[in-house]
Amino acid sequence: MRRTAAPTSRSSSSSSSSSSERKAATRLVLLVATRKGAWLFHSDARRKAWTADGPHFLGHTISHLQLDPRDGRTLLAAAKTGHLGPTIFRSSNLGRSWKEAQQPPAFAQPSGGLPGRAVDHVFWLTPGHASEPGSWYAGTSPQGLFRSQDGGVSWAPLPAVNDNPQLREWMGSVQDGTPDGPKLHSVIVDPRDAQHLYFAMSGGGVHESRDGGASWSTLIQGLEVVEGFDPGTVTFHDPHCVRLCPGMPDRLYQQNHCGIYRMDRPGNTSASPAGDVWQRIGRKMPKRVGDIGFPMVVHPRDADTAWVFPMDGTTVWPRTSPAGRPAAYVTRNAGKSWQRLDQGLPESQAWWTVKRQAMTVDALATPALYLGTTSGELWMGKDEGASWTNIARHLPEIYAVEAAELA
Amino acid sequence: MMKEVLIPAALQSYTRASRVAAEGDSLDAMFADLEQRYPGLRFRVVDERGLLRPNMRIFVNGVGVRELRHALKPDDAVAIVLALSGG
Repeated sequence: MRRTAAPTSRSSSSSSSSSSERKAATRLVLLVATRKGAWLFHSDARRKAWTADGPHFLGHTISHLQLDPRDGRTLLAAAKTGHLGPTIFRSSNLGRSWKEAQQPPAFAQPSGGLPGRAVDHVFWLTPGHASEPGSWYAGTSPQGLFRSQDGGVSWAPLPAVNDNPQLREWMGSVQDGTPDGPKLHSVIVDPRDAQHLYFAMSGGGVHESRDGGASWSTLIQGLEVVEGFDPGTVTFHDPHCVRLCPGMPDRLYQQNHCGIYRMDRPGNTSASPAGDVWQRIGRKMPKRVGDIGFPMVVHPRDADTAWVFPMDGTTVWPRTSPAGRPAAYVTRNAGKSWQRLDQGLPESQAWWTVKRQAMTVDALATPALYLGTTSGELWMGKDEGASWTNIARHLPEIYAVEAAELA
Repeated sequence: MMKEVLIPAALQSYTRASRVAAEGDSLDAMFADLEQRYPGLRFRVVDERGLLRPNMRIFVNGVGVRELRHALKPDDAVAIVLALSGG
């Protein structure tokens, strides 16, 4: 979760307000994107009751719904339908009305004889750096990276990614990608430096730019690949979700097709530093559970704390909760050990799948986790996942869950 | 000469009507004219390579056409139709 700018009235009154008044004044929203529309769930800092606002875009596939943390009220929704092409909708009044982008993400005609491509859907939305109001990034399927500098009204392709012959080779084809299309995801902007960017591709590895996206280097050292394949070949790498720790931006966590990883890179600024090696911290997970899954969640302040939601990666890759018993796992020591968090979750016969964007955390003093299942259930893990309660059932297949504070 | 174009429900958020008038001596030209009148509509139907999107169908005088270079006569009736897919 990104904390949005606090309004003047809140900061000026905080010294005289009681704790409960402050909690009531905080407006929390969950942004739930599904295969059949979008929902907003509103609450306050107590997180006891939630009010559903939706559906928005009923029948549209919404891959991601994001709030602009720089103004605390602008929403962007990545949408398509079963028939119509992809687009992005924008709301400046928390979804009371929506306006379509004038120039949605679309590939340029590539140079150098590369085959042309068409965006099937926008998969990932990331607000730009705090110093660049109006800037956004979008990752697409098939894999492409786009930038808007006008709040999502118009989008331009980044040729250093989309038309780079080497990256295009690593992207593979539709046959190599995830079931509903290969994806560019995990677009990350370093909070210290607007020019320092990361993205990941399923498949196609993790990549980094230190010049605002003009050039890219690859970060795959230490990552494993499916047995029998060469880990030196970038296209075989399938990062599912990469997160940067807000409390320590030189630390990254990753849930990969082949395990859970952490990378610490203090002081590494060259293009291909030898010290940039992913450590498989998932080796410390219980063997019966394994370390396969999709989401990766990091604590808003404590870089030693991170959460995963394991799924069965054995045999034919069921991608459901191991043994039908859903649980989050938390590490409090950067991956040296993991603890199971399942209080309140179903104890048996719950074969959940949680997609890579469908688990997140808020940024309150004691954060809560949130997750959405492909079976349409929305859950909250209070006290950093110690105790789980259901927020909603019977929603469509959930693709993404984000938590944000409103201005 | 203006021709009548049948618009499917999924695109009527752009046109606010099920039948609209458009000009053009080819489907390409007709979509360019529709884009001028209803900004954003074309990209939902035609991708950035100039190809009709997979689940969209175009009928000219009741005959299915996928090639956007298809020439149009002044009195042709054009229908933009959602393929029977999705769900």
